[in-house]
Amino acid sequence: MGLISFLKSKFSKKTENPDAESYSKGMEKSRQNFSNKLTSLSKKYKKVNQEYFEKLEEILIESDVGVNLSFRVIEEVLEKSKQQKIFDSDAINELLIETLFKDYMDKGEQLTEIQFNDKGPTVLLVVGVNGVGKTTTIAKLAYRYKNQGKKVLLVAADTFRAGAKEQLQIWADRLDIGIVTGADNADPASVAYDGVHKAVIDKVDLVIVDTAGRLQNKQNLMNELAKIKRVLSKEVENAPQETFLIIDATTGQNGVIQAKAFAEVTSLTGVVITKMDGTSKGGIILAIRDELGTPVRFIGLGEKMEDLKEFDIDSYLYGLCVEK
Amino acid sequence: MAFEALTDKLSSIFKKLRGQARLSESNMDEMLKQIRIALLEADVNFKVVKEFINNVKEKAIGQDVLKKLNPSQMITKIVHDELETLLGGGETEIQYQKNKPTVIMLVGLQGSGKTTTAGKLAYLMKNKLHKKVLLAACDVYRPAAIEQLEQIAKSVGVPVINKGTNISPVEIAKIAKTEAFNDHYDVLIIDTAGRITIDDDLMEELNNIKQEVVPDEVLLLVDAMSGQDAVNVANAFNDKTPLTGVIMSKLDGDARGGAALSIRHMTGVPIKFAGVGEKITDLDIFHADRMADRILGMGDVMTLVEKAQESIDEEEAKKAAKKMMNGKFDLEDMLDQMKKVQKMGSLGGLLKMIPGMPKVTPEQQAAAEREMRNFEIIINSMTPEERHNPEIFQYSRKIRVAAGSGKQVSDVNRVLKKYDQMKDMMKKMEQYRKSGKMPPGGLGGMGGFGF
Repeated sequence: MGLISFLKSKFSKKTENPDAESYSKGMEKSRQNFSNKLTSLSKKYKKVNQEYFEKLEEILIESDVGVNLSFRVIEEVLEKSKQQKIFDSDAINELLIETLFKDYMDKGEQLTEIQFNDKGPTVLLVVGVNGVGKTTTIAKLAYRYKNQGKKVLLVAADTFRAGAKEQLQIWADRLDIGIVTGADNADPASVAYDGVHKAVIDKVDLVIVDTAGRLQNKQNLMNELAKIKRVLSKEVENAPQETFLIIDATTGQNGVIQAKAFAEVTSLTGVVITKMDGTSKGGIILAIRDELGTPVRFIGLGEKMEDLKEFDIDSYLYGLCVEK
Repeated sequence: MAFEALTDKLSSIFKKLRGQARLSESNMDEMLKQIRIALLEADVNFKVVKEFINNVKEKAIGQDVLKKLNPSQMITKIVHDELETLLGGGETEIQYQKNKPTVIMLVGLQGSGKTTTAGKLAYLMKNKLHKKVLLAACDVYRPAAIEQLEQIAKSVGVPVINKGTNISPVEIAKIAKTEAFNDHYDVLIIDTAGRITIDDDLMEELNNIKQEVVPDEVLLLVDAMSGQDAVNVANAFNDKTPLTGVIMSKLDGDARGGAALSIRHMTGVPIKFAGVGEKITDLDIFHADRMADRILGMGDVMTLVEKAQESIDEEEAKKAAKKMMNGKFDLEDMLDQMKKVQKMGSLGGLLKMIPGMPKVTPEQQAAAEREMRNFEIIINSMTPEERHNPEIFQYSRKIRVAAGSGKQVSDVNRVLKKYDQMKDMMKKMEQYRKSGKMPPGGLGGMGGFGF
């Protein structure tokens, strides 16, 4: 069974895959840009030729998959097409999608939900460059785990950006959960420390530490992040157990550099991709997985609290490739 | 700074070409292929890259490059000219109204930097152009967005029209415009909420604000890290509220900012400003020609000169120079000099603008900046007497300063050694000045930090 028909049959039963609809809806525009291009291409060329492969390459690059990965995937598809004597354009398209996501899937079943500590609080450190949606994502994660019956505490360790603390405070009020804040321009590490300290005393299940956005080439800011990380482990052993890098789906090839730089300083346990409901294709997640192996844990498919979903590669492919 | 990796790539290609006597069809193909990859990796839009490569190829062949004796120079010029054309060429400035407020609307995706840039624009217009600036807080959706603008405006010292969040942004804009007219403001900057281009309601709202206030400028914020989709985003905004300009944000990152090239080329909208840091002063006018120079590793001397002029008060500089010339130079003066350099922006940022110095690694930069900070800490741990007369330093004083600053005695020695070197140099300069000659090699090494 081909991948597309597999996805179609898998997602035919709505009840078993409650998130499928969200993916399909949230990724509507992405799909129009990706899948529809593939379809119209295959309609134009019944049989494939050199030009067809060039067009495929164009579609991949325009999806921010990255030059290296795109070249490699096209090469592989070309090779397979020769070996298996596949020249039908629809079949080639399917081969392309399979090849493109094979690596991702080959890395095996991946966990998405936060892995909780048996005893003591689980600490999640949230990092990323400026403007990717860290604070909003934290609110959505807090909402998610509060609804799962966890006691959640937010820590506003972004003491730099104007209004950052207030933004998190508003979310804490709306969600009716605890928050620890510091003075403006206070040492973020000290706020982080106060946060985990309170979490231990209050027997909190999940502490989410918000940090200021920082560009990964700012050495002093990256050092600050390393310090925050160190401080967290002073109060709770092995903390932070989870470190999520938030990446904007519109990010281009710099996303890979971001992931590498943040991974070096904080040893990431996952990536959250935000703003996937726009027109961009988020191909950067493939490039990141390819270069670093860091899995995507959650995906932001809309503005509502419920729109942050566990990342599921099948649902993602369904959203990206299967037309309604 | 953006484009740097691209610069590296192109220079290495040109270096390869430099080794060859002439251009052949095959090595030009290789070069074009490399340029194509570099541009794609820089997130320049696929279609723009295609056109760029074709143009370069056509020009190279048309000009009979094969017979040129120095093909690499030839290609450098062609690529440079093409890049400059692509970036728009020339300078683009805001056109201010003479007898009424100039209304500027900032639009863009979420997280592109609208609110921060609103503050930077206000600062620039107030302090450099001496305009009376009013801000309008029209982002009623993102929690604490208005609070953010309020805090920024307070630091700049300009008022904000804040009507809370239970009112439509169109209303707020309308009130702001009336106020701007009545109170004779020169500039009104409207901060709008971030929105995705497929949200029809919010895009329509933008249109409504535009209809209401009839802005002189609609500026789109574009994140320097944007990928291939940036062109679609720019087109969508341009369709709804015709743009008069683009501001590139976060250009101080290491993203190569290819989106800037793409948007300029595909929409025809000029890039007017560039956000180059987190401080309120970190907004530069965008210079296409300089950026093209930069791409080709030619440095950005003009920006450097401008930055230096802004940061250093001329009178103060003269005083310091006189002090130096007289040989009356103490540790406080040295610290002062170091702080001035720091004020011009990070050392790394400065060094990158100097032609011929593109190869400073981030580690080296960080080390130099660390050293400057260490110097400051150590000097601050000294008594005023010690700072004025470093000659009195003996071992016991060094131990005390080292303990006080949390450093080693060897670190204190390094500060004193640097001081001796600078003082020594100044003495020599004074001798040269008296003799009417400059030292051989100019003032190289002045206040150098180990590069």
